[in-house]
Amino acid sequence: MTHDSSHHGKVIDHATGTAKVGHEWDGIEELDTPLPRWWLWTFYASIAFALVYVVLYPAIPMLHSASTGTLGWTSRGALAGDLAHEKAEHQAVRNAIAATPIEALAANPSLQRAAIEGGRAAFKVNCVQCHGAGAAGAKGYPNLNDDDWLWGGDLDTIQQTLINGIRYPGNDQTRSSLMPSFGRDGILTAAQVQDVVSHVRVISKQDPASAASARGAVLFANNCAVCHGANGEGNRSVGAPRLSDKIWLYGGDRAALTNTVTNAHAGVMPAWTGRLDPVTIKMLAVYVHSLGGGEAAPAPAPAAPATPAAGAAQ
Amino acid sequence: MNMMDPNMTAAPAPLYAKRTAVLPKRVDGPFRRFKWLVMAVCLAVYWGTPWFRWDRGPHAPHQAVLIDLAHRRFYMFAIEIWPQEFYFVAGMLIMAGIGLFLVTSAVGRAWCGYACPQTVWTDLYQHVDRLIDGDRNAQLRLNAAPWTPAKFARRMFKWSVYLGIAFVTGGAWIFYFADAPTLQREFWTGTAAPVAYASTGILTFTTFWLGGFMREQVCIYMCPWPRIQTAMLDENSLTVTYKHWRGEPRGSLKEAKGAANPLGDCIDCKQCVAVCPTGIDIREGPQIGCITCALCVDACDKAMASVGRPRGLIDYCTLIDAEREIKGEAVRPVRKVLLRPRLIAYFAVWGGIGLSLLFLLGARERLTLSVARERNPEFVQLSGGAVRNAFTLALRNMEDRPRTLRIAAEGLPGAALYTDDMAPGAARATIDVAVPADSTAKVRLYAVVPAAHARQQDFTLQAAPLDHEGRPVRRETHFAAPESEHEEHEEHE
Repeated sequence: MTHDSSHHGKVIDHATGTAKVGHEWDGIEELDTPLPRWWLWTFYASIAFALVYVVLYPAIPMLHSASTGTLGWTSRGALAGDLAHEKAEHQAVRNAIAATPIEALAANPSLQRAAIEGGRAAFKVNCVQCHGAGAAGAKGYPNLNDDDWLWGGDLDTIQQTLINGIRYPGNDQTRSSLMPSFGRDGILTAAQVQDVVSHVRVISKQDPASAASARGAVLFANNCAVCHGANGEGNRSVGAPRLSDKIWLYGGDRAALTNTVTNAHAGVMPAWTGRLDPVTIKMLAVYVHSLGGGEAAPAPAPAAPATPAAGAAQ
Repeated sequence: MNMMDPNMTAAPAPLYAKRTAVLPKRVDGPFRRFKWLVMAVCLAVYWGTPWFRWDRGPHAPHQAVLIDLAHRRFYMFAIEIWPQEFYFVAGMLIMAGIGLFLVTSAVGRAWCGYACPQTVWTDLYQHVDRLIDGDRNAQLRLNAAPWTPAKFARRMFKWSVYLGIAFVTGGAWIFYFADAPTLQREFWTGTAAPVAYASTGILTFTTFWLGGFMREQVCIYMCPWPRIQTAMLDENSLTVTYKHWRGEPRGSLKEAKGAANPLGDCIDCKQCVAVCPTGIDIREGPQIGCITCALCVDACDKAMASVGRPRGLIDYCTLIDAEREIKGEAVRPVRKVLLRPRLIAYFAVWGGIGLSLLFLLGARERLTLSVARERNPEFVQLSGGAVRNAFTLALRNMEDRPRTLRIAAEGLPGAALYTDDMAPGAARATIDVAVPADSTAKVRLYAVVPAAHARQQDFTLQAAPLDHEGRPVRRETHFAAPESEHEEHEEHE
């Protein structure tokens, strides 16, 4: 480890006795101070480490992949291990949620918090595609934040809706109902459809009563009230929306209502049983219930639709 | 540093060189005594601080200085800092940085020479060397001696002492992060957190290795501060200076007798080299290896006294004063060196930050409210026509007592409030939230505004303590609603 002959004859710095490298910038020169020897050892140790590493871990690029390494480590395997570890960590909480009846979760705030967060995570993977990231829905996909529920907004009902889906083929317990396509199938004429629309606009307090709406009221009583109720208050047992409120799944303006009465709508949600495990479905129900519109469990019989927040706001 | 024979002219220098052991000789003098004092104070502060108690009432820990990472709190005597107040710590770190600039421009590398942990522990370990192996000459002999069982035993004993000091050093660190008496009990019974053992192990190793073996090489090869300081030093900075105009040409007393011309004051006794903890020769001039500990000043003063020459052949001196001395002019008074614009500017910045921090500390709120408005969805149309917005409130009660706060929406007519824990039917104009001592209550708040008032509007959320001590805290926020009641728009359910 010595300089070659071209380095002989270097200028020696007077003060330190060390040779100079030979560069000069504006009178500043560099001393050729030897490196400490341990530095070299550290360098050799790094090389030794690298050799061991290359043997143990994937390192050498090949045509299609890399050398596998004797430890068999892969980043995918490490991720799978991490996920399995996380899952095992969560297992105790999941077991506790599974063992607690859904209505009793509220009595255990930390468990309920865990269920809400678990539901939030599952929602982001499975539900946002239709209901949106904030669960605010879109045209044809219900907003889950509000106080209006097609099939019911208490914990158990939400859970049942999740398990069996809505109008989901292949599930015999799925929530099911079908509105006739009044216009398209010729049950009502185009003019009659317009009269029904006028009546719906009246009961939803969007338009004042008119001759058309009076004609529509009769048609409504004969054709619609069986599901939507005499005053358009809706019926949760068949998922018939309330027509007298401010919330519209497919729009409450004239054109949208005409389209709905003419062609009808029948939204579908998959049954989640079989796709998600029961604990995840339970957590999703708790999460959806926590979004601000959740209702209390009904008293023994299926209760009349309650809209407490709206009541408070009157 | 590799010291080559200055008489050599043109031999090839090696690329790598073995480190020459630095075995500084014992010395006594004012600077050595000052260094003792600084070491004693530094070690006492380091080891003693976590054991100071401070009564903070029933809701907070009783350790005077505690960095409670688990609970995100930093306690320093009467001051308690929450994570969002970290700017106090940042401010203190900036003060420490500017303080280093200030000290460097006033007295040079005083930090390196006296107070740096690397210096303090290296100094401690060098004392251990002298206690066990004897002074410099005995150590040199032992280093050169073959590895007999006796030398081996002596080395093992010395390294055990190194390890003991390192363990006490590394072990003390963890007491800043948890209740010291509890942690000590847990530590010895094997029930402390793994991170406590890991920290102790790592810091024991670094102390053992850096203090016991790397020593001056940390300063010369590893530490960035000497490089920064060489850029910061100017002609007014105090450096340890060999007054070559007085010392040269050097020569022993014997050589002086035979010399044709009178020699300088330096008797070439090499005591300055022998006592140097970084193993340099200060007579080569200012250099990166000099940490300005001034032990060579003590050694040289002693040598000068023994030959009856005035002290201060090696002394703290600025470059300007050195040039004045060479020209035979009087050295400037200390006052004049210290009161120069650069120092005054550093001091002003340093003091300004300190005063600002003190002011902020006195003026900071111990009750705060932050409001995060939910944006997805911005608002929810309710079936009855009312509109609901959701907010996440963080109520921080930084006092060591529980408080109850009354939440109200000012300037939002007809608003009814409810939280996650309440049924929507129980919504009302104000809500009381109990916030435990020294903690944050997170509340998801719903505000429902009836159709008649449901429009886009700004309003203020207020949290008023029911104990009526201190002002209510307020946050301006916004209520979102559908664009207009009369426009045709699609609201979906």
